[in-house]
Amino acid sequence: MSVKKIHKEQPETFQFNDKSMEAANKIVSNYPNGKQQSAVMALLYIAQRQNDNWIPLQAMKYIAKFLDMPYIKVYEVATFYSMYNLSPVGKYFFQVCTTTPCMLRGAYDLVKVCKNKISEKENVLSDDGKISWMEVECLGACVNAPMMQVNEDYYEDLNDKKLEEIIETIYQNKNPKPGSYSGRINAEPVNNRKTLLGNKNA
Amino acid sequence: MLKDEDRIFQNLYNDSGADIESAKLRNDWNGTKEILDKGREWIINEVKSSELRGRGGAGFPTGLKWSFAPKEVGSRPHYLVINADESEPGTCKDRDILRFEPHKLIEGCLIASYAVNAHKCYIYIRGEYFNEGQKLQTAIDEAYKNNLIGKNALNSGWDLDIYIHYGAGAYICGEETALLESLEGKKGQPRLKPPFPALIGLYGCPTIINNVETVAAVPTILRRGAKWFSSLGRPKNTGTKIYCISGNVNNPCNVEEEMGIPLKELIETHAGGVVGGWDNLKAVIPGGSSMPMLPKEICDNMKMDFDACVENKTGLGTAGIVVINNDQDIIKCMARIARFYKHESCGQCTPCREGSGWMWRMLERMAAGQATPDEVDMLFDVTKQIEGHTICAFGEGSSWPVQGLIRHFKDEILERNKFDPVVKKQKNIPYLVDQHLLEKENA
Repeated sequence: MSVKKIHKEQPETFQFNDKSMEAANKIVSNYPNGKQQSAVMALLYIAQRQNDNWIPLQAMKYIAKFLDMPYIKVYEVATFYSMYNLSPVGKYFFQVCTTTPCMLRGAYDLVKVCKNKISEKENVLSDDGKISWMEVECLGACVNAPMMQVNEDYYEDLNDKKLEEIIETIYQNKNPKPGSYSGRINAEPVNNRKTLLGNKNA
Repeated sequence: MLKDEDRIFQNLYNDSGADIESAKLRNDWNGTKEILDKGREWIINEVKSSELRGRGGAGFPTGLKWSFAPKEVGSRPHYLVINADESEPGTCKDRDILRFEPHKLIEGCLIASYAVNAHKCYIYIRGEYFNEGQKLQTAIDEAYKNNLIGKNALNSGWDLDIYIHYGAGAYICGEETALLESLEGKKGQPRLKPPFPALIGLYGCPTIINNVETVAAVPTILRRGAKWFSSLGRPKNTGTKIYCISGNVNNPCNVEEEMGIPLKELIETHAGGVVGGWDNLKAVIPGGSSMPMLPKEICDNMKMDFDACVENKTGLGTAGIVVINNDQDIIKCMARIARFYKHESCGQCTPCREGSGWMWRMLERMAAGQATPDEVDMLFDVTKQIEGHTICAFGEGSSWPVQGLIRHFKDEILERNKFDPVVKKQKNIPYLVDQHLLEKENA
């Protein structure tokens, strides 16, 4: 269970815009009648996307009303799962995986770069307010370690030099390219592929 | 080495694309209606005789699981739930199936839902796999468009709707009952079993929960026959499996291989060997971080299947192989895994919530050489207090790897932790041991 800090400055109101509303209604229809509570996780995502990647308390109250469930139940869900940000994060939200498979291949070198180039502490915005970073647990791309997630994209096969380049790219107002940074495709063994060769050459 | 034609996941490296046209070239959706026409009984029996075991970690026979679903639909509808909440450190196989072989999964969903009488299927994907989920959604849309699923799918008379549900970064939601709680819009805290989900699951209805790789393998098994599948591997450990080889190897990769392939062959052939050579190997975690690690001596001759792993006091788990070489600090590696479990404990059961933190803090001190020698035994005792005393298997998952470390590398921990400032004599203080057990010998 992760500790979550509620942001001190909260907006006074929150409601879904048209796009969010359409998405929310569609999600609710995925579940049987009377089981609309199932949609709470998806609705929190929708609120998070609409509100610059973090969820204010008012959004939780709004969702509780929307789904006809007690506010505390929404609050419970929002604080239980680690992917809901209850405080603002950078426009580029770096999540560096440091669990053992990544650690073995140098994930803490990446953390060092983040400390030097973004901010000394986790979850603190960089000087220009664009990037924030945090250590996270296994992101499930272990054969592409070390790796990190920025917003929705995975950046794989990194090292400290390559991460520095990515950060520089962002500081120059450009979007870095997601995917592997060692030049390999997906999860195949680099220069050592011995299987499914017929498909490769097809 | 397994012949290429016997590999189920032909597009594991995305050589040809995940769209429906390419998938059909790989034989997906070929003769699916004929399979459904043979009936539930036939499908379940064929899966049973293929001896397919669940690929999500526990290795439960899939055909048997399906047969637990009530034969007739009563007042409550049945559900099929696919577990794509892949979060076990060292494991990234389902990700590639979702990205590159989505049609195998969807076809498997159709067959499985028909076999267990479900008209609705939810695929629970971990929230971090957002892009992978989008790719799967594209494939689902394609399937709807081609009448492969939906109303009267494939003109078989069977209706099936498939929905994606995203998780939000909780490892525990990979546990099947926690996953159901999460699907119902609650905190992901596991339920007591029994009742088992096959009878009382999602919304209190009969629910069958399968791993992505299991379900995605089913169509190929039924097409090529249970005999083909069970001819690979050895009895009770049949077929093929995607192994994820990560850590200190030269070419970390995912590869599909036959069950029972020797660990050494797997690492040397496919992953380019251990960094610094085989002799530089320190330990291997064979099945994702929940499984106890093995020292080099055992790895030399170990085979990778369910039963061979159990013989060596570990488990195949998800077949996420993490290789650790001599350049690494093995205690620190374990301490980091313990931190993972401390972070991911759902907090429902006291032994796990508190114990996972204890294990982490003790291991951190042991890595730094600040523990006393008798704390090693105390740590082992802590693991024994967690194991078996929790609602779900997270307790075992967090304590087994620590036990593995102590079992194989106790000398190394003791070597580093000689610090003994206060306790002059080893006293038998029952901090933790249940008092009533003290009267028994070896308690």
